[in-house]
Amino acid sequence: MSCPKQPDQPSGGAGMDRRRFLTVTGLSIMAGMSTLACNSPQAFIEDLLRKRFTELKPDDLDRILRELEADYTNQYGQQVSVGASEALDGVEFGYGLDLSRCVGCRRCVYACVHENNQSRDPQIHWIQVLKMHKESGMHLIEADQYYDPPTVPEKDAFYVPIACQMCRNPPCVKACPVKATWQEKDGIVVIDYDWCIGCRCCMSACPYGARHFNWSKPQLPAEELNPVTHYLGNRPRPTGVVEKCTFCVQRTREGRYPACVEICPVGARKFGNLLDEESEIRYLMREKQVFVLKEELNTKPRFYYFYAT
Amino acid sequence: MIHNWNERLQDDWDFTVDRIHETMTDERQDPGSDPEQENDRVHLPKLTTLFMMLGIFMTLSVLSLFAILDREPQGHDEIGGGLVAYGPADFPDIEFDIPAPQPAADGGLDGAYTMPPPPFSEDIFPCSDCHGDMDPNTTRRELEEFHEDIVLNHGPESRWCFDCHDPEDRDSLRLANGVKIGFDESYRLCGQCHGTIYRDWREGIHGRRQGNWDGPKTYLLCAHCHNPHAPRFPAIKPMPPRIRPDYLRDQHQESEE
Repeated sequence: MSCPKQPDQPSGGAGMDRRRFLTVTGLSIMAGMSTLACNSPQAFIEDLLRKRFTELKPDDLDRILRELEADYTNQYGQQVSVGASEALDGVEFGYGLDLSRCVGCRRCVYACVHENNQSRDPQIHWIQVLKMHKESGMHLIEADQYYDPPTVPEKDAFYVPIACQMCRNPPCVKACPVKATWQEKDGIVVIDYDWCIGCRCCMSACPYGARHFNWSKPQLPAEELNPVTHYLGNRPRPTGVVEKCTFCVQRTREGRYPACVEICPVGARKFGNLLDEESEIRYLMREKQVFVLKEELNTKPRFYYFYAT
Repeated sequence: MIHNWNERLQDDWDFTVDRIHETMTDERQDPGSDPEQENDRVHLPKLTTLFMMLGIFMTLSVLSLFAILDREPQGHDEIGGGLVAYGPADFPDIEFDIPAPQPAADGGLDGAYTMPPPPFSEDIFPCSDCHGDMDPNTTRRELEEFHEDIVLNHGPESRWCFDCHDPEDRDSLRLANGVKIGFDESYRLCGQCHGTIYRDWREGIHGRRQGNWDGPKTYLLCAHCHNPHAPRFPAIKPMPPRIRPDYLRDQHQESEE
């Protein structure tokens, strides 16, 4: 075979000119694609042409959920359900946290990990509890999240648990270049883990440090899996996607309290419907002094902190 | 190269020293003094002394730099937490799976709430099992024969048993107006003094709630969380902090070495 463009090239087995290289590469790519397509041609093409979550037809959504269920059931050796319940009509979720009660015991952190199938190691915590000094007040820079005394509460300290603030004006949603995260009608900001490209723009946009990234494969022991999952919530995540608090979407859309509300031993956490005047959250907004974190950023959180006493 | 540089430095230095000598001798204008003696009187640091000081200074700087680099990540010694990635499975004592409450068709508060039974000590209720045959002793005193484990730490010193318990009927509590209530209604008793908290509790703002945000809920009595005899919420052990990123970094560096 002649090599007119590269006369210095030795004509051994390694001798490969541009035409041959392109031919071999092209053929191998085509072969690879056809192999993939032949394994499950229909699913492959459907996945390739799949629409974003909010535009999925009910049939397609159902098919995707069943596939995920089969996947997870196979992977974790127990029956896993993946739901995709929609936002309830006339419901907008709001959260209240009583800083005068919180003792900083971190029960909520681990209840959240348990409920929402976070990776155990590498460790992901959706809730961070910040310890602050009563003397300096709400001083985020001086806050300590690694406190570990024998007992809490400590003298002269108060504790501020922080997770996703469910902003009405969420910077993370604006930052996402592929629209993999959005705000649902009930105010929950959700992430489609299948659509996330892992660029972490949303993480740098979030002023509350509420978003977390799966740097490596999430480690979730099969026996610790919570099998009741939601597509936009606590289903097991793949590597390289961002995740965060969803107000326990799999529970709250069924009417239940989030896991952190139920576990809190001092009852500092309150949850309810902002559009219902009789709800707990509306009562505390009416009767107590509430405030939001970093109000000056105009993110308009749905997460209200208050002092009941 | 270094040799040359040293020589040059030495020359410069000698030149400077000579100049100083000249100036000083000129200024003194002392014709009687010996120039040799004059030379001895000037105590300027020798070049070697300077180099020694420089050496000491550099050694100290390098040592302190090593000390900074070798230092444990801040706070590890005093706090100790954040070195192990604990998970919920490490805490079998804590009940993370809280079952959904069932709608209480039979009573409860408005039929929509359930409440666990009052938290009696084991085998202590009904009180009338023991007290039924006893004549009530209404003198204020320190209990010595029974119930001596109860330490009253609730408000003023003058508070004592029969402010809340009924002397005639030990199986019930007694409000300030003499109305007898059951132990499962103890919140009415507490609400006599703690009015604002009682109001918040009824609305679901004070205290722990489980169940549904718009449906059946589990309410707890005051006594489920607060010991009525010493109501301050006890200090509890916190669960461990999340693993420290700087600790992970150190581990990573060690494994690479």
